[in-house]
Amino acid sequence: MGEIVRVENLSFRYPEAAKFAVRDFELTIKGGEIVMLAGPSGCGKSTLLRTVNGLIPHMYTGEYLGSVSVGDHKVSEARMSELAQTVGLLFQNPENQIFMFSVERDIAFGLENLAVPPDEIRARVDEAMRQLGITDLAQRAPHELSDGQKQRVALAGVIVMRPRLIILDEPTSLLDPKTAVELVELVRRLRDETGITFLIVEHRLELLVRIADRLVVMSEGKKVLDGRPEEILADERAEAYGISIPPVSRLRNQLKRDGLPLENGFGPDELAEELNRQALKR
Amino acid sequence: MIEFRDVTFVHQTGKTALRDVSLKVEKAEMLAVVGENGAGKTTLVKHVNGLLKPTKGTVLVDGEDTRLKSTAELSRKVGIAFQNPDHQLFSESVEAETTFALKNFGFSRELIDQRLNWALQFFGLDEYRNSSPLALSGGEKKRLTLACILAWDPEVVILDEPTVGQDAIQKEKLSGIIKMLRSTGKTTIIVSHDVEFIWPLQPRLVVMSQGRIVADGPAHTLMGDEKLLEGARVMQPQLVKLYQRLRRRPDSPFASVNDARMWITGPVGVG
Repeated sequence: MGEIVRVENLSFRYPEAAKFAVRDFELTIKGGEIVMLAGPSGCGKSTLLRTVNGLIPHMYTGEYLGSVSVGDHKVSEARMSELAQTVGLLFQNPENQIFMFSVERDIAFGLENLAVPPDEIRARVDEAMRQLGITDLAQRAPHELSDGQKQRVALAGVIVMRPRLIILDEPTSLLDPKTAVELVELVRRLRDETGITFLIVEHRLELLVRIADRLVVMSEGKKVLDGRPEEILADERAEAYGISIPPVSRLRNQLKRDGLPLENGFGPDELAEELNRQALKR
Repeated sequence: MIEFRDVTFVHQTGKTALRDVSLKVEKAEMLAVVGENGAGKTTLVKHVNGLLKPTKGTVLVDGEDTRLKSTAELSRKVGIAFQNPDHQLFSESVEAETTFALKNFGFSRELIDQRLNWALQFFGLDEYRNSSPLALSGGEKKRLTLACILAWDPEVVILDEPTVGQDAIQKEKLSGIIKMLRSTGKTTIIVSHDVEFIWPLQPRLVVMSQGRIVADGPAHTLMGDEKLLEGARVMQPQLVKLYQRLRRRPDSPFASVNDARMWITGPVGVG
C-alpha cells in the first residue's frame, strides 16, 4: 500500500504562544502500518495528532507552516467532513464518545448522520460488531457495559465509518492490564483483517511495542527518533528524551553495556531465555 | 488508623460494589490496591474520607466511625487525588485551586503562601499560577490535584491512578513523592493498574476482584502468584516474570532493574 500520511516540514504555533508546539516535522506513514508516537508531556504529540485529523488548522488557528496530507486530501484545504471519513479518532475515555440508548444505535450514529441507506447501515454495523467481538452486546445500553466493552463499542463506532487511518490517544490508560492487552491484540487483528492504518499515542510502551511497526519519539516539538520499536528501546537516547522504557528493556540495555552478548528483544520471556542459554554455557 | 469491618456497599442502582470487605491499615503503611476495572477499588477508597458510607459494616478512621463524621472533617485527615481530575478541579485559577482547602481549614495567610509556593514549584506548575485549571493538559491537571492535597499535609494520602497521562519524568517524580510520604510517616494508598510503577515501591498489596479483597500481603509474594493475578486481570511486573523464568535465580524477585543487574552480572549470576 502507498502512503497514507505525509507530514512535510510542518511547524505550528498556537496564537500568543512563545514557542512552536510542533517544529520542522517530517513523517510518512504507509498504509497498514501501526505507528506508535511517544514523548514526554508537552512535547507536541496532541498538537501533531490535531494536524493529522484536521482540528488544526480548521478549529484551532495559529501560525501554520509546511503541509500535512492524509489519503488524497491536503488537510489544510480539505473539508472537515471529508477528513472525518478518512481519519477516525478514539478518545482516551470512551464515555466521551458513546451516548445512545443501545450499542447498535450508538455504532450506527455516524452513518445515520451521513444519510447512508438503512440496509447498508445494518450490514456495516453488523460487520463492525463482528470485527470487535461485541455482537452479543447489540441491544445493551452502553452505560451497563464494562470499561473494556465500552472501549470496544467506541472503537466499533469509529471502524464502521471505514476510515483509512485511526488515531488512538492513550487508549489503554483507563483499562486494567489484561483488558489493555486484549485491546492491543484487537488493534493488531483489525489491522491484519482490514488494512487500516493506526497512529497510537501511548505512555505504556511495554503494551504496544509488540504490535507496533514503528516507534516515533518526539521532544520539544521535534521528531527525534523514528525506527523499529526494538531499535528505539535499545537506543540510549530514548530514555534521555523522557519516555518510559519498560524495566526489562532497561535491564537488557544495561547488561549489554556491561558486556553481555544480548540481542535486541522485548519482554521478560525473551531475556530469560537468552540468560538461561548463557548460564548453560558457563 | 483505617479499619474496614465487614463492609458491603450497594449503589443506588442496586449494584453491589463492595462485598464483606475487611481491611486494617496501620499508620505509615503503604498500600497498593490492584484489580480489574470495576473491581471496587475506587469505591473502597471513597469510604476512607466518608464520600461513601457503608451500606453494611463499619469504616473507622482513627477509631472514629465515618458515619458520624462529615466528609469535610475527614478530609482534613484524608486527601484523595481522584482518577479524573476534571471531577475535582473547579476554581478559576491554579492558585485559587491550590489554596481553596487551605483557606477552608483556616490556615494562616503566611502558611498558605508557603505551602502554595512549595506545591506549585514542586509539581512544576508555577508558571500556570494565574491560568485556569481547565487550560492545563491532562497530565498537568493530575499534578495539580496532587499539589492541592499535599499542600494541606493530610495524614492519609490516597492516589487513584496517579500515573495516567504522566511521562517517565513525572512518574519518577511521583515515585519520589510517594517514598517521601512513607519516610515522613504518612499512610499512603495507591490505586493503580500500572504494576511497573507499583512494583519498585514494594508496597503491601491488596488485590480486589468483583467487590471483594481476594488477597492481601507483601507485593513481592503476591506478584509471584500468576494465577491469583490472572483472576483479577492484573499483569505480573516484568521483573517478576523475568525472575520466575530464570533457571538460576536468587531467593526473592528483583525489586529493581539495578538489583537484577547486580545479581545477573555478579559472582553467581549468568554474565
